[in-house]
Amino acid sequence: MATYSNRIMEVQGRAWLFGDDIDTDVILPGKYLVLTDPKELAKHALEGLVSGFSSKISEGDIIVAGKNFGCGSSREHAPLALKYAGVGAVVAKSFSRIFFRNAINIGLPVVISKEARDVIKEGERLSIDLEGGSITREDGSRLIVDKYPAFLLEILKDGGLLQNLKRRFGKEAKK
Amino acid sequence: MGMTISEKILAKASGRQKVEAGEYIVGKIDLAMMHDLTGPLTLNVMKEVGYDKPWDPEKVVIILDHQVPANSTVTAELHKQLRHYARKHGLKNFHEVGRQGVCHQILAESYVKPGMLVVGADSHTCSLGALGAFATGIGSTEMASVILTGEMWFKVPETIKFELVNRLSKGVSAKDIILKIIGDMGVDGALYRAAEFTGDGVESLTVDSRLTICNMAIEMGGKTGIVNPDKKTLEYTGTQEAPFRSDPDAEYASHYELDLSKLEPQVAMPHSVDNVKPISEVGEVEADQVFIGSCTNGRIEDLEAAASVIRGRKVKDGTRLIVIPASQRIYLEAERRGYIREFIEAGGVVCNPNCGPCLGGHMGILADGEVCVSTSNRNFIGRMGSTASKVYLVSPETAAATAVEGKITDPRKYLR
Ligand code: SF4
Repeated sequence: MATYSNRIMEVQGRAWLFGDDIDTDVILPGKYLVLTDPKELAKHALEGLVSGFSSKISEGDIIVAGKNFGCGSSREHAPLALKYAGVGAVVAKSFSRIFFRNAINIGLPVVISKEARDVIKEGERLSIDLEGGSITREDGSRLIVDKYPAFLLEILKDGGLLQNLKRRFGKEAKK
Repeated sequence: MGMTISEKILAKASGRQKVEAGEYIVGKIDLAMMHDLTGPLTLNVMKEVGYDKPWDPEKVVIILDHQVPANSTVTAELHKQLRHYARKHGLKNFHEVGRQGVCHQILAESYVKPGMLVVGADSHTCSLGALGAFATGIGSTEMASVILTGEMWFKVPETIKFELVNRLSKGVSAKDIILKIIGDMGVDGALYRAAEFTGDGVESLTVDSRLTICNMAIEMGGKTGIVNPDKKTLEYTGTQEAPFRSDPDAEYASHYELDLSKLEPQVAMPHSVDNVKPISEVGEVEADQVFIGSCTNGRIEDLEAAASVIRGRKVKDGTRLIVIPASQRIYLEAERRGYIREFIEAGGVVCNPNCGPCLGGHMGILADGEVCVSTSNRNFIGRMGSTASKVYLVSPETAAATAVEGKITDPRKYLR
């Protein structure tokens, strides 16, 4: 077994509030799908809603959104763009299924909270404990969130499915 | 307690007698598909892993469809990478330019059989549930994992039962059914769930129509759309018998009923697929462009429906019509039946099979302020080009009538 880094188990940053049904065409417009360099993708993250989003946020900042975040296409470019723009986690009332999987698979923590969007304020400092399943707010109060099943936590701990596959197939590769 | 068809397929794939909604399982994959936009990312992931041998070369399908033929050096490079990967591993199931079509249509025509567990690196993979398979979309990294391991984790979904009763009236088609349902359910109305379509209404529909309906299950958040296989499915897929059907006492999360005989043509207004109105309430909407095609409505019965409206008429001045058959097989059949000629004579453009303007990447991208009336499945901001353009989603019949009049038009007056 590899040893896990704790890097991703705690996320700290300011809150950026978004509404319901933020779709993948808004997160990353289709015309950029020909880009495969994540840093290039990141420049266009959410540009339809907040112009220059990727240059305005700080590393670790947290998106707090309503229901059905990431609906639309299966493009993994969308969570990749967010991750490389510096987004530390996305908290939403619910996620589209494919976006949820993709985000975990590329190592972007996604957290389901029914109440976060209704109480958290724009720009508020947050700290998310992914393993314990809670969000600590700027005023010290805590929101309890859904915990991950063990194997999902493992993928996140590995830093994404890629690292997870490397751990499993690295040996084959050297054969 | 019985099981739904989705539960039965997932149980078999995980080597178990029984599974229940909410359980996590690991399933063996019967078929994995990637295309020219998502495939190269998958290849990148495998490159990073340092290992790229497919678990079973027979079960991996690669289809060039999003920008075909290549429209830029960037796209050409993506195509080249996939071509090389297929060659390196001797993959027979690589669909080269000229031997392809929109990926989901190719899977339907040549690969998917009832009872299979199918994943594709494309959200509309749910279309294939129309053939009695469990089919769902995944991302590129996950696809790399599937190609290397042949397995994937699933949360067994709950199922919503959509019971369609009676028959459609003339001029109303499968697209109107699914638009009506999405309008009622909302874009997250079936989140994480399987949408099972049943009833005599579904039985009366062709397999082409069922593909149209299952195609858009994802637009209400569904994990898959699915139809219990019947005689038509067996004929379409060339199989003798279907392994699974839902039990009469299977458990459903909820029920929804729709009387098809009362349905009128539907329109999804910008910029959300659930922003649906019956055509009588849409008012005057002029169209700069009409697009007939995509994995939703680029099949032969769609082209037939459109041709029967266009026949002997002209596309209105000020409007342009783009028709794209969903596969080479359909293209040839449409040519044989004379539809291609009819579209061209009416003043339309007919392009080679590919996704075309559906995702704003190729062949018919919209400028600022333009309106497109489209038979595709998404109308999000910027989906087909400029973020200042608008997309209305309709059936092929309605699209054709719109091309003739230059504004959104109820096709029933042309189809009496
Ligand atoms: S036709 Fe449109 S929706 Fe279908 S696979 Fe192509 S881009 Fe996606």
